[in-house]
Amino acid sequence: MPQTAPAAAATFDAHAETAVVLEGVTYGYDRRRPVLKGIDMRIPHGKVVAIMGASGSGKTTILRLIGGQLRPQAGNIIVAGQSVSRLDRDGLYALRRRLGMLFQFGALFTDLTVFENVAFPLREHTDLPDDMIRDLVLLKLNAVGLRGAASFKPSELSGGMGRRVALARAVALDPMLVMYDEPFAGLDPISLGVVGQLIRQLNDALGSTSVIVTHDVYESMKIVDYLYFVSEGRVVAAGTPAEVRASTDPFVRQFVDAKPDGPVPFHYAARPLAEELARAL
Amino acid sequence: MRSNALARGVRYIGAGTVNAIVRLGFCARFFVAVLYHSPSAFRRLQLTLREIYFSGVLSLVIILVSGLFVGMVLALQGVEVLNRYGAEESLGILVALSLVRELGPVVAGLLFASRAGSAVTAEIGLMKATDQLSAMEMMAVDPLARVVAPRFWGGVISMPLLAALFSALGIFGAYLVGVKLIGIDNGAFWGNMQAAVDFKRDIGNGVLKSVVFGVIVSLIAVFEGYDARPTAEGVSTATTRTVVGSSLAILAADFILTVLLFRGIGV
Repeated sequence: MPQTAPAAAATFDAHAETAVVLEGVTYGYDRRRPVLKGIDMRIPHGKVVAIMGASGSGKTTILRLIGGQLRPQAGNIIVAGQSVSRLDRDGLYALRRRLGMLFQFGALFTDLTVFENVAFPLREHTDLPDDMIRDLVLLKLNAVGLRGAASFKPSELSGGMGRRVALARAVALDPMLVMYDEPFAGLDPISLGVVGQLIRQLNDALGSTSVIVTHDVYESMKIVDYLYFVSEGRVVAAGTPAEVRASTDPFVRQFVDAKPDGPVPFHYAARPLAEELARAL
Repeated sequence: MRSNALARGVRYIGAGTVNAIVRLGFCARFFVAVLYHSPSAFRRLQLTLREIYFSGVLSLVIILVSGLFVGMVLALQGVEVLNRYGAEESLGILVALSLVRELGPVVAGLLFASRAGSAVTAEIGLMKATDQLSAMEMMAVDPLARVVAPRFWGGVISMPLLAALFSALGIFGAYLVGVKLIGIDNGAFWGNMQAAVDFKRDIGNGVLKSVVFGVIVSLIAVFEGYDARPTAEGVSTATTRTVVGSSLAILAADFILTVLLFRGIGV
């Protein structure tokens, strides 16, 4: 059975260097309605960790906070030993050079070819000669199986191919941490498996750490080391895939078994139906 | 009841005014940020050249054709009026001064806002809506330096060149109609024009106007794109705001510049 989140994270973290720590992180786009209410997480170095939750539960907000695009209203976020919210612009940009991020729909630059998209971070942050950049880009594209599509424009790619190119771009500078925002959304079953395996293989080959934000419980359980469940702005459960499968926690069961009703109610909060109908009369 | 409606009206006007001032302040800070990042736009010269191509070269057709027709119509109308006073040979002066002082910068500016300004806003707005700007930020690349500054300078550099071409084609159109079609003396047409148009006062001030219009249109275009709501509707609204805002700003700035530049020289 999954333990309460902090305790589980502590045992999970016991023998590993921590890449990302979230301590009591609170954030709301509107101050009166916080999206995250005191989130605690520890993501050890070298692991693939999934953050799961229903749509709108604040999962993507967690990634934006880790990447420093948003600043927490309370709490602390430590990435590679640095407190993200206390970094100035230069410090934040220096940290981001060590991070990679895969956006939900790839976010490829539509005016550049596949090759130039992957070469983009290399050209911006290194002084490598053109022939070396070419070799590195082709190796990255080869790793995601799309060396043959190097000359294509993003508009010529399928959804799965676009996601793989974005993956190659995200790992172009061999980052220490790669964040994936819904990497499985909208993919066919074959692409789904391919992207999942690529995430795992690239993480192990590069020795990096991966954080996957997703609601695809089955696909992520095949490749992750650990899962956090987020609901209504809090971590409600956490555990390894084996612990999650064996869990009797009502929220985890509802999520894993895809039940329409449970701790996450089917109905949005409203007055009783009878009362509403009587009022209409 | 009536006082409620009055209060609502005052609140509405107040909120609109505050919002407009906030946006203006934000736009001014944005302008400073763009200028701050401008050196990097010139270090990445290839990017700025690309934007000059997109904003300038691709606007050539509409600018050249419009310039030609404006010049031809100006000649037709001008000849008719000048004829009443037996001064058809002054057509060259009329056309050249109208074009280099006013019509060249203003009409080219309005066309530039519609053709290039709207395209820049839509492109930056869509890059925002599809997370391309966020992706750039997450790769530690500032979109102001990589996306906004090259597009701003591409517009600022293109605009005076397009206005000059507009005026040149306009004068050529007037020549076709006045000299070739109506039969005004060729020497008088060009000679009078050469004698009456002062390089510094007329052409210089016209170029200055077109540079100011270039800054206005380019700033509004990149600002509206960057500030667009990241939805289809948001990008569409931003594009409209660019065209309407730029056009009104050009007309207002033209009036102010005309007062400042041509005051006391008997315009």
